[in-house]
Amino acid sequence: MLSVRGLSVRFLLPGGRRIAAVTDAHFDVAPGECLALIGESGCGKSVLVSALLGLLPANAQTAGSALLGDLDLLTADERTLARTVRGRRIGLVPQSPAAHLTPVRTIRSQLEETVAQLTGVRGRAALRTAAERAAERAAFPVDHLDRHPHELSGGLAQRAATALALVGGAPLLLADEPTTGLDRDLVDRTVDELRRHVDADGDRALLMITHDLAAAERVADRVAVMYAGRIVELADAEAFFGAPGPRHPYSRGLLDALPDRAFTPIPGMPPELGALPDGCAFAARCGRATDLCATLAPLTGPVACHHPIPAHDGKSPSTAAPEDIRA
Amino acid sequence: MLELRAITAGYDRRAPVVRDASLTVAPGEAVGLLGPSGCGKSTLARVAALLHRPDAGTLLLDGTPVRHWRHRAPRAQRTAFGVVFQQPRLSADPRLRLTDLIAEPLRATGRREEIPARVPELADTVGLTPDLLTRRPHEVSDGQLQRACLARALVLRPRWLICDEMTAMLDASTTAALVAVVEDYRAATGAGLLAVGHDRILLDRWCDRTVHWDTVAPAGKEGAVPATPGR
Ligand code: SF4
Repeated sequence: MLSVRGLSVRFLLPGGRRIAAVTDAHFDVAPGECLALIGESGCGKSVLVSALLGLLPANAQTAGSALLGDLDLLTADERTLARTVRGRRIGLVPQSPAAHLTPVRTIRSQLEETVAQLTGVRGRAALRTAAERAAERAAFPVDHLDRHPHELSGGLAQRAATALALVGGAPLLLADEPTTGLDRDLVDRTVDELRRHVDADGDRALLMITHDLAAAERVADRVAVMYAGRIVELADAEAFFGAPGPRHPYSRGLLDALPDRAFTPIPGMPPELGALPDGCAFAARCGRATDLCATLAPLTGPVACHHPIPAHDGKSPSTAAPEDIRA
Repeated sequence: MLELRAITAGYDRRAPVVRDASLTVAPGEAVGLLGPSGCGKSTLARVAALLHRPDAGTLLLDGTPVRHWRHRAPRAQRTAFGVVFQQPRLSADPRLRLTDLIAEPLRATGRREEIPARVPELADTVGLTPDLLTRRPHEVSDGQLQRACLARALVLRPRWLICDEMTAMLDASTTAALVAVVEDYRAATGAGLLAVGHDRILLDRWCDRTVHWDTVAPAGKEGAVPATPGR
């Protein structure tokens, strides 16, 4: 469905500074699959989303390709993106539904407008029916359709935004931090609903960007971990969250930070994207780093690391000794 | 001792968001207040931090009833509290460099001379490197800004910390790091904590005890509160 190859995004700043927001990302999202892209804020996740939607600012330079079917999203012109991609082939579930919905209009009028824009439905009665059906698809209660966004709870606003994202029948759903600031049970409901839209229609795929590891665990088939603009691990979700555990020291550190695990932070902070080291960007924070880490480890197989944690080793990166690189 | 007794509070007297809520935090104790968004727990936290005057009820600070809130509260009471909110971008003055943001309470209380020693020390505690201190909020990440907001909350060495959804926007590692800073501070000073949140796993791990909103404000349950815009 979506095939991303060597995607890089650079921002050129006044004074010649260059920000390496995304570097050499490779991944696929298959029909019927949910891929969760996880990482902390500022790691490049949202830039990647903007790149896929053609919404990067003018000072951005891209390289590589992002094929949706046979259309390269990186080189497509704005007209194509606006007319055939956004809403039609990619449905965006936004980070902050309250900000995404138009405050002065009812959910019904926003849904009807989107239906009219994206589908062939015409005529008042037909639009009304189609909008109600769209609401039902996202489990948005039809008797709340005449409310304004500020009259909705966070959960219902999220469903309204999801209903809008689904109107065009887009085969790829792109959810950008869909659960930020929601209560845990609302997080669960939101991601379950997203999952349902993937499962209900076997051809649909979901790419979810999140820093919420519990949400990712609940919904994803595979996880991609991003650090300092690079995907450092790409793994099966069950193995990643289960007993084998993550293999990249950064991923391991993220999971160890969870309050139901060790609750231990990774020391230090991520590097500035404008001043990345030549070698592994995690080296300054990594308990397994050696001299070799001054060079970059390519993402070969599941993990971009010179000394990945062996599968089945439960030790945390700070306590585990680097494995013998020849082993 | 921090005692909230039968507090009713809100922004419209006819529709209070907090009804008859009671909660006690003992000195040195860490209490987690758990509840769904929009339930009124943040408003109660603001009452406890002397930032919001309740419509009814009593707040006792070490046995003394609080009579004034906000800028009218006596300085000794106001400075006994350090408060961190959910959204660092809403609570930090966008014009201030992080170093001035952290130093602000010292300036406001006429303790400028402490700035040169206290700010670098706190910056180090919360993990902010010197180069970040000269930046303004829009030049740092949410996590870095929240670190600065926590440093500001600690700068006057408060006896009580009120953390209202402090980590809701943050990733797991930054969350664990900021909670560790709070706990180190409490271990060193014996400060009490009221941590408001919606994540039971986090509050259970962090606090001595977690109380649910329904037990703090049982009366508020029926008069279901409509969604509060911008909680
Ligand atoms: S072991 Fe080396 S390559 Fe792997 S994460 Fe640590 S510093 Fe990077």
